[in-house]
Amino acid sequence: MTFFETIKKFDPEDIEKSIGKMSFVEVKRALAKNKLNELDLMALLSTAAQDHLEEMAQKARSLTVQYFGRTVSLYAPLYISNHCINECIYCGFNRSHTITRKLLTHEEIEREARFLNAQGIRHILLLTGEAHKITPLEMLSDVIKLLRKYFPSVSIEVYPMDTEDYRILKKAGVDGITVYQEVYDTSIYDKVHPAGRKKNYKYRLETPERAAKAGLRYINIGTLFGLAPVRSEAFLCALHAKYLENRYLDTEISLSIPRIRNIPGGYSPDFLLSDRLFVQILLAYRLFLPRSGITVSTRETSDFRDNLLNLGVTRFSAGSHTEVGGYTEDEQSVPQFEISDSRSVEEIVRVIREKGLQPIFKDWEDISQ
Amino acid sequence: MESGLILGGKSFTNRLFTGTGKFRSKKLISKMLEASGSEMITIALRRVDLTSKEENILEYIPDNVTLLPNTSGARTAGEAVRIANIAREAGCGNFIKIEIITDMKYLMPDNEETLNATRLLAEDGFIVLPYINPDLPLAKKLEEAGAAAIMPLGSAIGSNRGIRTRELIEILIDCCSVPIIVDAGIGKPSHAAAAMEMGADAVLVNTAISAAHDPVRMGEAFSYAVKAGRMAFLAKLTEESKEANASSPLTGFLR
Ligand code: SF4
Repeated sequence: MTFFETIKKFDPEDIEKSIGKMSFVEVKRALAKNKLNELDLMALLSTAAQDHLEEMAQKARSLTVQYFGRTVSLYAPLYISNHCINECIYCGFNRSHTITRKLLTHEEIEREARFLNAQGIRHILLLTGEAHKITPLEMLSDVIKLLRKYFPSVSIEVYPMDTEDYRILKKAGVDGITVYQEVYDTSIYDKVHPAGRKKNYKYRLETPERAAKAGLRYINIGTLFGLAPVRSEAFLCALHAKYLENRYLDTEISLSIPRIRNIPGGYSPDFLLSDRLFVQILLAYRLFLPRSGITVSTRETSDFRDNLLNLGVTRFSAGSHTEVGGYTEDEQSVPQFEISDSRSVEEIVRVIREKGLQPIFKDWEDISQ
Repeated sequence: MESGLILGGKSFTNRLFTGTGKFRSKKLISKMLEASGSEMITIALRRVDLTSKEENILEYIPDNVTLLPNTSGARTAGEAVRIANIAREAGCGNFIKIEIITDMKYLMPDNEETLNATRLLAEDGFIVLPYINPDLPLAKKLEEAGAAAIMPLGSAIGSNRGIRTRELIEILIDCCSVPIIVDAGIGKPSHAAAAMEMGADAVLVNTAISAAHDPVRMGEAFSYAVKAGRMAFLAKLTEESKEANASSPLTGFLR
């Protein structure tokens, strides 16, 4: 069964109801197990599990130490363009917004790369909006080749592509992708993506698989919390990760927990994800998928992020800017989302060490050529 | 006193091999090495950053400890060969642990690719230690291909579940002429002692030491366990041979 077929089987409303029915008996059972099934996942995402957060945290932490050791990997995002043909109603780069659009030149990209490299960054996430004419495949391919001179690992968060295109980018030196479904609930997905290519739910859902088939070794997925009922979204996202993990054994799957925060003047989410529930979801992910990576970006405040470090996070962004040319350009463009942790790489590294963890800058060596 | 374990022409008195991954601080690596007396340490080339002195893990390993670079990240024999060559050029020596993993969920080694890589690298003058799922016919082919030792897994990497493949490893110990070094799955010193008591020539322990609350002490504990297990194995050996050669056989009275 494809994951699209699995999704069709589930009605998000029913999932919310089933999760709502979970009691502390199911939570206790899930906590006592080593291998968790879908029902256990529901139990851990339920309100009944809220009273067992500390227990979940202890278990999550020891699983993380067991599989990942006392380490956390670092990466930095690099935005090269904010042009976009889509109209995702929650995003600052949405084509209907009259923001200054910008595409970095090769020189500008190289300047950003040099800056990040000097900060110690060795893993980079290249980002653009979806604009096939402005950031076409050939151009991305050239940029990736350029970045590979500065970073042993380059992953991308651009627009969904066909397997063949991913093969081309892999040849250029990409080793992973990040692609969020944004929202697994199909009817809400349709509503928040009123136009543009992104309207195609199935094509987006199957993006990680096309990347895996092209041989990318690292895939990061997530649902953007805020758009739909939170628990069912977390449930479906975890199921998606599990599906990918079992089907593409040679690919490392990891999860992010992006959420839309209430920002004055910004898009106001219908389903706010509280800090408490954020932590509960993170812990449920860890217990359900002990070997998957969990990434936390600078969308979160520095305090909150630091506290997550001991709960199962394995990958941390550092020194992040989410505006195009954000590291070295004087004239700042509009960021994709407001970042809440604006500390330097150095400061973040210091905190990681204080937490008794080793920051890992480099965890890849190019062996493709 | 027994002579050391010979690998690639080098003699190792301490039969505990350790790893550099997963420590909360790289500084602990040197302290752990000192406390445990481990003489060989594995290191993932993917984590070596020669461009940054502070981040370069090699700076934390004293000269008297032999480096065992591993091919972590490789999915094919070709990739393993490339990593081995990069490691050699980077000054990590001739030893190489072949670790070819195509399953990111349980991290099981790909035996077929490992055999191919062993052939290529042994021919190229490397001292090759392949990490495998214990399998006798494969082990024999690895020997023939020039492997310097064989590293069967005790259980899945990072699982800390101990020697779950005991029977299969015992077969390797019985039939192989190269040293058998049990790798992966050893979660406690008692597991390491058990492996040595079975007759393994050495064990490689990474996570159980590096992720321990006090890795320095844990390294020392493992070192004792390995010595105890080895001693027990040797004691049993002498016992058996003495009894087999007894001047007056137990059934000598039957004329
Ligand atoms: S979320 Fe991505 S695709 Fe949607 S508008 Fe923003 S940049 Fe474009």
